[in-house]
Amino acid sequence: MLLLILKRIGLGLITLFIVSLITFVGVEVLPGDACTTYLEREAYGAALDACIKRLGLDIPAYERYLDWASNVIRGDFGYSLSGEMPINEVLGPRVKNSLVLASVSILIGIPLAIVLGIITALWRDKFPDIMISTITIFSMTIPEFISATLLILIVAIWLGWLPGIVIIPSDATFYELLSNIILPVVAISMIMTAHMARMVRSSVIQVMASDYVQMAILKGVPYWKMVFRHVLPNALLPAINVVALTIAWLLGGVVVTEVVFNYPGLGRLVIESISNRDLPVVQALAIILASIYVGINLIADLMTLMLNPRLKSLQIRK
Amino acid sequence: MESNLITEDKQKNKLEKAFEILKTMASKPSGLIGLTIVLFHVILALISPYIAPYDYKAISPNTMLLAPSAEHWFGTDSLGRDVFTRTILGGRTALTVTFFGSLIALLWGGLLGIFCGLVGGKIDDVVMRVVDAFLSIPWILAMLLIVSLLGTSTEVLIPALGFFYGKGIVRVARAATHDVIAKDFIVSARARGHSNMSIIWNEIIPNVRDAILVEGAMRWSWMLLGFSSLSFLGFGVSPPTPDWGLMISNARGLMSFAYWSVIAPIVGLSSLIIGINLTADAFAKALGIDRSTKAPV
Repeated sequence: MLLLILKRIGLGLITLFIVSLITFVGVEVLPGDACTTYLEREAYGAALDACIKRLGLDIPAYERYLDWASNVIRGDFGYSLSGEMPINEVLGPRVKNSLVLASVSILIGIPLAIVLGIITALWRDKFPDIMISTITIFSMTIPEFISATLLILIVAIWLGWLPGIVIIPSDATFYELLSNIILPVVAISMIMTAHMARMVRSSVIQVMASDYVQMAILKGVPYWKMVFRHVLPNALLPAINVVALTIAWLLGGVVVTEVVFNYPGLGRLVIESISNRDLPVVQALAIILASIYVGINLIADLMTLMLNPRLKSLQIRK
Repeated sequence: MESNLITEDKQKNKLEKAFEILKTMASKPSGLIGLTIVLFHVILALISPYIAPYDYKAISPNTMLLAPSAEHWFGTDSLGRDVFTRTILGGRTALTVTFFGSLIALLWGGLLGIFCGLVGGKIDDVVMRVVDAFLSIPWILAMLLIVSLLGTSTEVLIPALGFFYGKGIVRVARAATHDVIAKDFIVSARARGHSNMSIIWNEIIPNVRDAILVEGAMRWSWMLLGFSSLSFLGFGVSPPTPDWGLMISNARGLMSFAYWSVIAPIVGLSSLIIGINLTADAFAKALGIDRSTKAPV
């Protein structure tokens, strides 16, 4: 068991190593280096030389990679080009803001998705299912920027209930954030909930058709007791992995949502750093976002392992 | 002569099978709606240059932000361009880019997946690690990086989208190949002394094709979502090309008094994405593949 956990962690670290190589090589291979892309038309003479010196572009690429990687492991991402300040200082508040947005969305989204999924599965093909399923299909297929734009148009402009865009500095306090994130949270959790509800629905339907549930029905177990004791624990277990993948996939959608609402999080930093052609920040963001992705998947894997006795014994016998 | 007859028969069977699948897809209301929407958009994309009432890039200060009327059905935007013209032309860009992008994704993802599933061993391990690593970089970051360094022409966008949405297909194709490869007919083909190429072409591809096609149909809708998000962020096709994502982002700032210029592209893009999704779902069901338990990776 311990060996298995260590193996999973090892695989995650290898993935992160490859990600760091990909982003580094990608930036190297694509035309223009950090200095010429950043300075653009002023990339000649003394300014270019100074920039190359400062970033150490005159030393070989593999040495620079080793240097950069060892600093990243120690938690130092270097300096941003446009802000001329340590990347860690740029990232800190942004990470916090995005975490607040993401965790509020997840805290609302997951329980809602489970309830909706169970309702649609138990009343399969009846009125509640048809209604909820139609809504979930709509909200999970429509792009984030469209649902966010529509939310602003309807709630903020036509009804005038809430402010349409977030106007807070990136170092706002937690309470300032909370009052401003209602619309972004609705936009993000709408899509996330829809994906997960569909998943829970099909999982519950599958378990309901299994032999042991049929057995429980024949034995005369009361309906709701059967649902809570026999169906749900078995149905929600396989959902964990998909929930993790869905959350990780939404990292991309969060970028768009943050831009629409002008929310000062990691997503807007992605757009800002790419518009400013600030490649060191882009590299740091790639590593951070990939670590989040790998981390979420790792936690989901470990949770499934710990909660599922069958998998445990299977791995030991192997 | 005889062999000719057989191939003709096969061809006919294929057509009949395709027709059968279409019929099954259209037999349910959701599939019928999806097919109708997609068909409508494809036809509109084909004929829109001939029926567009105005020039899509004609700027005029006299017609700025007009409300919908008999002359301008969907009103005009902040530069005085006809929103109806730009909306019906917007579908062309979206459909062309994502269609060719999906084709590229299907080809390289499918072939690499089949190859990995067939060879197995060390090569398979290494390739899958790299694919996993690519999967864990958020698509938006990777696409933005490529586009910002190479430019936003369709010649860059199509291969970039095709590359990035193909990596998920590698996994599906590999898993499907794994399912097939242990079957008896592969063993007997090997025993007959068929080459690897012949086994891939005659035995594996016909058996994994369905799974890959369903995945490709799904990728198509995600690619459309990704492409329009890029345009919305200003990293997709460049103005004045009529494109829905771009139109929404341009009209967004003025929507408090000119909501029509944002509603029309929203309806266009949403209906196309929903149509493709419903069609892909119906397609999967008609082929007997359940994809409701899959995560959107």
